[in-house]
Amino acid sequence: MVEFGGWDLPVSYGSQIDEHHTVRRAAGVFDVSHMCVVDLRGPASSALLQRLLANDVRRLQAPGKALYSCLLREDGGILDDLIACRLEEQWFRLVVNAATAGQDLEWIGRHAATTGVTVLPRRELALLAVQGPMARALALPLLPAACAAPAAELQPFFAASCGDWFVSRTGYTGEDGFEIALPAEVAAAFWSALCAAGVRPCGLGARDTLRLEAGMNLYGQDMDATVTPLESGLAWTVVLDDERDFIGKAALLEQRGRGALRRFVGLVLQERGVLRPHQRVVTGVGADGEVTSGTFAPTLERSIGLARVPAATGAEVQVEIRGRLLPARVVRPPFVRNGRVLVES
Amino acid sequence: MSNVPAELRYTKSHEWVRVLPDGSLQIGITDHAQAALGDLVFVEVPEAGRQLSAGDACAVVESVKAASDVYAPVGGEVIAGNELLATQPELINQDPYGQGWILRLQADVDPDSAGLLDAAAYGELSAAGH
Repeated sequence: MVEFGGWDLPVSYGSQIDEHHTVRRAAGVFDVSHMCVVDLRGPASSALLQRLLANDVRRLQAPGKALYSCLLREDGGILDDLIACRLEEQWFRLVVNAATAGQDLEWIGRHAATTGVTVLPRRELALLAVQGPMARALALPLLPAACAAPAAELQPFFAASCGDWFVSRTGYTGEDGFEIALPAEVAAAFWSALCAAGVRPCGLGARDTLRLEAGMNLYGQDMDATVTPLESGLAWTVVLDDERDFIGKAALLEQRGRGALRRFVGLVLQERGVLRPHQRVVTGVGADGEVTSGTFAPTLERSIGLARVPAATGAEVQVEIRGRLLPARVVRPPFVRNGRVLVES
Repeated sequence: MSNVPAELRYTKSHEWVRVLPDGSLQIGITDHAQAALGDLVFVEVPEAGRQLSAGDACAVVESVKAASDVYAPVGGEVIAGNELLATQPELINQDPYGQGWILRLQADVDPDSAGLLDAAAYGELSAAGH
C-alpha cells in the first residue's frame, strides 16, 4: 500500500507485471475511488465549462459524450487534467485527480459563484476501472438491470447514467473497458462479483505501466502548473482557433506565437536499464531535456519513458542513468494500444 | 512470513552472505527484500577485480517501481558478478538465495567478526518491518 493524496492505494496485489499482462490480454479491475466525481448543474454550466476548460464542451452535443481536457491558470499552467461528460443539456460530470481535487473545487467554485451553476463533489461514489479486451463482456452481466442495456450500447468516450450508477467507456490503460462510478456501500460487493467472474484485481503499479505504454500523461509528474498543454503533448486537447475565450487562452496564443516550444516525446531506451523521472536527456542541440515518466514496459520488455526536450531535438538522444549516457530513440507516443505495439523498439 | 535460511548471515540492509567451501563469500538480497521491491526488471552487477569496502554500493537492483542499491556486507575484492541476471533479473524474485545470487567476494576480513546478523536476528528485524 502507498499513501497518495490522503488515500491508501494498493500498488499491487501480487506480481505487478502479471497484472499488467492480464489487462493487455484479458481483464483487470482497479479501485480508483481516490479520484473525485464532480457534478455541475444549471443553465449556465456549458458556458462555465467553455470558460474553464482548454478543450471545448460544445463538442459534446450527443448525450453522454465525454472529452479529455486540461484546466488552466491565466498563465496557461495546468491546474489539472480531467474527463468532462455531458449527461444532460444542463448537467455535466467531471472526474478529477485526487491530489488536486480540493484546489479544483475551490477554483471551479470561485468561477461558478456568479453563474448560478451548482458544483457538487460526489464523495459518496466509489470509482472502479474495469479494463482489458474482455472487460466489457465480463462486467456487463454484473451491472444493475437499468445499466446493462445502455452500457452495452456505449461507444468509446461515451457514458451513461443509470440511477446511482454511472458507466463510461473510458480508461487509462490503452485498452477497452469501463470506468464505473457507484455508491461506495455497494462497491465492495461489485468488486467481489467482478473477481468471481474472472476479472483480476490490479494495483496502481500496473496502472502506471499501462498508462505509460498508452502514452497517457500523469498529472504532477508529466505536467503541472509550471507547463502548458502545448509543451505536454496535449495540443490536440486545446481549441485555440475560434472566438471562444477561456482561462489561459491568451497565454497559450502568446506561447505558440513565440515558437520553439519544447516537445513532449516518447523515449525507447536502446540498452538495458530503466528510465526514471528527472533523468537528464542529452539532445546534442544545446539544451538538455528531462525524463518526466519512465519505467520498464512489460509489453515491450524494455524501458520506455516520456520526456520534455528542446524543439530541435532529433531522433536519437542519450539519457544519463547513474553517471552513464545510454542511447534512446525518440518516438511519438502511444507505445501500445489495444494490445498492439505501435513503436519500433 | 519470508524465508530466512538458518545457515546464512545477514545485514540490516537486507543482503545475505553465504560462506562457500573455498572461503569466498556469495552475496545476494533476501526474500524479504525481493518481496518488498516487487518484480525485478534490471540488475547491475559489479565487475570482477573491483575493490569494495564494507557498506559500498556494489550493485543496483531495479524493480518496476524503483531502483535500489545493494551494499557490500564486508570489504574485499569482487570475484564475479552473476551474469545470468543480465537477461533474467527475475531469478532474484524466484530464487533469492540460489540462482538469484548477485556477487562473489574474496573478503579481506573474517566474516564471523564482521558484525553480520544471524538468521534469528535478521528474522526479527525483517518481521518488524525494517
